[in-house]
Amino acid sequence: MIVPRYTREIPQRYRLEAGKCKKCGYLAFPPRVVCPECGNRRFVTVRLKPAGTILTYTVIHVAEDNFAAETPFAVGVVETDDGARLTAQIVDCKPEEIEIGKRVNLILRRIRKEGHAGILQYGYKAVLQR
Amino acid sequence: MREVAIVGIGMTPFGELWQDSLRNLFAKAALAAIDDAGVDHIDGMYIGAMSTGLFVGQEHIASLMADYLGMPGVPAAHVESACASGGIAVRQAFFEVASGAGEIILAGGVEKMNDGADTTYVLATAADQEYEAFHGVTFPGLYAMIARAHIHKYGTTREQLADVAVKNHENGFKNPNAQFRMKIDRETVMNSTMVADPLRLLDCSPVTDGAAAVIVASMDVAKKLARPYVKIKASAMATDSLALHSRKDLAALPAVQKAAERAYKQAGVTPDKIDVMEVHDCFTIAELVVMEELGLVERGKAGAAVSAGMTRLGGKIPVNTSGGLKSKGHPVGATGVAQVIEIVEQLRGAAGDRQVANAGLGLTQNMGGSGGSCVIHILEAMS
Repeated sequence: MIVPRYTREIPQRYRLEAGKCKKCGYLAFPPRVVCPECGNRRFVTVRLKPAGTILTYTVIHVAEDNFAAETPFAVGVVETDDGARLTAQIVDCKPEEIEIGKRVNLILRRIRKEGHAGILQYGYKAVLQR
Repeated sequence: MREVAIVGIGMTPFGELWQDSLRNLFAKAALAAIDDAGVDHIDGMYIGAMSTGLFVGQEHIASLMADYLGMPGVPAAHVESACASGGIAVRQAFFEVASGAGEIILAGGVEKMNDGADTTYVLATAADQEYEAFHGVTFPGLYAMIARAHIHKYGTTREQLADVAVKNHENGFKNPNAQFRMKIDRETVMNSTMVADPLRLLDCSPVTDGAAAVIVASMDVAKKLARPYVKIKASAMATDSLALHSRKDLAALPAVQKAAERAYKQAGVTPDKIDVMEVHDCFTIAELVVMEELGLVERGKAGAAVSAGMTRLGGKIPVNTSGGLKSKGHPVGATGVAQVIEIVEQLRGAAGDRQVANAGLGLTQNMGGSGGSCVIHILEAMS
């Protein structure tokens, strides 16, 4: 991944910016140009609520090279309280503590160092609400 | 559109084929298919491959293969739909013949996965790069999340998942082209190395080199060749969101259901009329969800059906008689074509120890990514 590809996504990765369909209210994360629900092309930018619920998850034991040093680590699909869905690592807990239906907060963390240049890349991760 | 037949098949053994290059693999399969059909030329070809650029650093492969086949000048195109690339190649060949633009078209698939690439990374490029792979999720990880959702929603068990692998190895044991020709038991699957919880190593299809090719032709050509041929009764496809998290039901694969509905309609058949199926068991959970989407069982019932032997050889509807991706191997771009080859062999009555008695109608289901694409073919035996 090269720098422009990373920086382009910063509004989503740092601030959870989504597109809300002006017609039906569908929340597109990341933003889209056409609403998949109603076909409307007009959106307003909103920030997702940084809290939600785990819909499913896994614990990855065999990772690609960029994440190989971090195994095992948990990844899940989270539905935010405003109804958008995203994939994020679930951190700061033991894998056994994770369950479908548990509540999480989305926080800014370092995701990885990318490529030979070791570019630091940040984004959201989920932590269990305690 | 006119009727279309498959008149020739050819494939390499699947496995870790260190001595074979990408081009060699393809040429071997293509020549075997051409010889099997007994044709003296082809009018064009479509080649399915997922990521030759990342696996071996080679793009522009369609022209390379035409050249290496000794057929410079023949029209050739590379098609890509991740792990469904091979099925899409067959579909493009079907269209070219059905439209009347070509009479004899080769549809092939190839992948050279054991050449030093970071396979886990390459396969994850079939997922959403910026919103799935960026967070470290792997392909086994995506299917593991589908498995977890399925277990949670329907009570599917770890044992039922293992039984898919056990069955497919039972079949692959009888397939001379299979990568892992060995029987395994439930305990071995459930004690194998964890890859992405709850999926273990023996829930996953392997990393494989291999190629497969079929010759697609008009009925006129098929009849003149006076060799066994099968009719393509349906070729259907559907797409879905690339990212798993964008789907409403995480325990489902809607693209499979949509493609199946279209295929059954085109062929004018219902699922209970199909005698044998090859489905995309890239992971054990995939075979279960696909069975449900194809309408073989009600949602949530596939695990129990597999454990009860419904899909074994000799069962009500044998699934993956070739050994499936699990035992036969999964050279991603070749898989969709190899599935078609297994069904053609079944319909020719030439599947040896794996033969399903009186197979008249067969189905192949080939899927890309975590279900972002699905292509289904229904084939009919011609006497």
